[in-house]
Amino acid sequence: MAERAEPVITPALVAGLGAAALVAALSLGTVAVVAWAAVSPMRLGAGDWAAVKFTLSQALVSAALSTALAVPVARALARRQFRGRGLLVTLLGAPFILPVIVAVLGLLAVWGRGGLISAVLVHFGLAPLSIYGFRGVVLAHVFFNLPLATRLLLQGWQRVPGEHFLLAAQLGMSSRDINRVIERPILRAVLPGAFATIFLLCVTSFAVALTLGGGPRATTIELAIYQAFRFDFDMGRAALLALMQFSIGLGAAVLAWRLARDAAQDPGLGRAVRRWDCLHPLSRAGDVAILGAVSLFLLAPLAMVGLRGVMGLGLLDAGVLAALMRSVIVALMSAGLTLALALALGAAVARRRAGRMAPWIESAGHLSLAASPMVIGTGLFILLYPFVDPAAVALAVTALVNAVMSLPFALRALVPAMRHVQSVEGALADSLDMGGWARFRLVTWPVIRPAAGFATGLAAALSMGDLGVVALFADPDAATLPLYLYRLMGSYQMTAASGAALLLVVSSLALFAAFDRWGRATG
Amino acid sequence: MILQLDKMTIRQGDFSLSADWAVKRGTRLALIGPSGGGKSTLLSLIAGFFEPDEGRLLIEGRDMRGVAPGKRPVSLLFQENNLFPHLSVLQNVGLGIRPDLRLAREQHLAVERSLQEVGLEGMGDRMPAQLSGGQRQRVALARALLRDKPLLLLDEPFAALGPALRAEMLDLVARLLARTGATLLMVTHDPRDAERIADQTALVSDGRVTPPMPTAELLADPPAALRAYLG
Repeated sequence: MAERAEPVITPALVAGLGAAALVAALSLGTVAVVAWAAVSPMRLGAGDWAAVKFTLSQALVSAALSTALAVPVARALARRQFRGRGLLVTLLGAPFILPVIVAVLGLLAVWGRGGLISAVLVHFGLAPLSIYGFRGVVLAHVFFNLPLATRLLLQGWQRVPGEHFLLAAQLGMSSRDINRVIERPILRAVLPGAFATIFLLCVTSFAVALTLGGGPRATTIELAIYQAFRFDFDMGRAALLALMQFSIGLGAAVLAWRLARDAAQDPGLGRAVRRWDCLHPLSRAGDVAILGAVSLFLLAPLAMVGLRGVMGLGLLDAGVLAALMRSVIVALMSAGLTLALALALGAAVARRRAGRMAPWIESAGHLSLAASPMVIGTGLFILLYPFVDPAAVALAVTALVNAVMSLPFALRALVPAMRHVQSVEGALADSLDMGGWARFRLVTWPVIRPAAGFATGLAAALSMGDLGVVALFADPDAATLPLYLYRLMGSYQMTAASGAALLLVVSSLALFAAFDRWGRATG
Repeated sequence: MILQLDKMTIRQGDFSLSADWAVKRGTRLALIGPSGGGKSTLLSLIAGFFEPDEGRLLIEGRDMRGVAPGKRPVSLLFQENNLFPHLSVLQNVGLGIRPDLRLAREQHLAVERSLQEVGLEGMGDRMPAQLSGGQRQRVALARALLRDKPLLLLDEPFAALGPALRAEMLDLVARLLARTGATLLMVTHDPRDAERIADQTALVSDGRVTPPMPTAELLADPPAALRAYLG
């Protein structure tokens, strides 16, 4: 029987190809633009190689620590039922949309030279801690990625059929038996992918290195690119460094993608399973200690920002409101762009007979995971420079760069939903000969709306908290809120900075929550 | 009496289930009724995954309150996922002897023998993914056989099999029970399964498990609730 003929070139495919080409041009084409603009010969100096080395070593250590520490945390969460468990699991999702600069401020308040722990140490006549350099960068990366690793591991636990734990109970398995028969296979399946994912996220780190690193011994590649532009105006080096970062990032991304196959399929982190093997008071006390320690590690910096922030709010001048307004505008533009790009890419990828182009289109959407936002931004400026005043488009360029940087995460939320609607409702829509706009409006959109709301909220929050390209281009009178906050920190006005941080967190969360609610609202 | 349900009730949200009856050793009892009626819940209670809210549950005369699932004289086969996918057939069965799988030579032989009894001779090195659905449940049966508990609970483990294969599996279970003398409680939604293997049948519906009756009698003159279910 002949298959129903389906046009090979559909509007969805054209839109998807267009979006993919745009993302590819921004991620890779801009490297060429920057290289082309280089006047000096392209060569890397000793400092640049040190940056490559530092990038690799801090990412390796950060990924190893985050995943290793996540194992006991995920295990305790998977096997204990207690009040507040749901809240703790939600808290583990929070660092993802927490602005980096805010977390750094909180970590300094706890772990820094003038922080809580140092105060105790000094009281007992010991030397205060210093978290600038390698240790600080790793600490901040663990702060962000320990929760991510824990959630990825919990998803692994969640994929074990409930019968297996009941079977284990019936066979009278001890905790050690369960560890060998059930838990170790979970770890073997999930840990490599989690490690590669976190390694990738740490490779392209900028704001953490900008605030806690710096100097010849603690500079990431992205920070070196920033410095090449800002202090030396050396386009050639920046382009070479960008290629370097891209190849490391691409390697890690391919590894993460191959190792973490269906990890995103089921985000449900539901209830803990009932267990009979770990009722001993010692085992219980161990889990309580682990969960208590990780809660403290995550909450103490946030609490410090909150406490100091309330005091700092009064110290802020009118400039902060202008910065807030600019940030909100950038975030809204960026979120809208992300949604448009994600829908175009998603529609092309999720067609029922997707064809050979689909994997390429989907990969293009993830290019920015390895790309350098600094280089994207600079490339755009070089292109726009002959036509417009750079300062005039600084915020628009920032919004575009942020949109491309958020795209992989938006796709992660949106594509499974679009695939689902194609495979389940798609056949029915086909049989009713629904196509085009009517099909999108009546069939696709109602189903994917929650995922779209979540993805848009994520993009808005990420853009709101971003301290990246904008640090390079925005003129001092047109700062976004994170940049404004960074400058307060630079002049050691920590209380005022905490006030701005509080404002930033609240507005980021509010933007995320607003879009997420809009997605869930019916009608 | 191998199993006594003494004015026992369990509540889960809006749902509740009560039973007040007992079963003699060696009985083969079918639990029949609409889905969502609580058939699986009853088996989970007996296996110890839940505790009753009221009344008592006794196995071999011993009150089971507070007894962990692993300490109960019970083997339960689920509808699916009875095997760990990354362990071989041999290992999956061996778990029935020692959960840490440190098996002595004669214990290995016992595993081989029980595989032979369920018709899987020489398949010990296969992985679950290489087996058919029926073969996987045979492995689970081999493990239950090896554990040799006086009470065997089947939560529709053959529901996904075709009619001929299902009949074959039920006959296998009947043969094994005849040898071990264990008591069977089997959930089913098909009266033909009950007719094939169960001498007694109890109806689970409307939050109650009726006392068991001879299967032939019950099916010949079904009460209203069972008539409504059978259609």
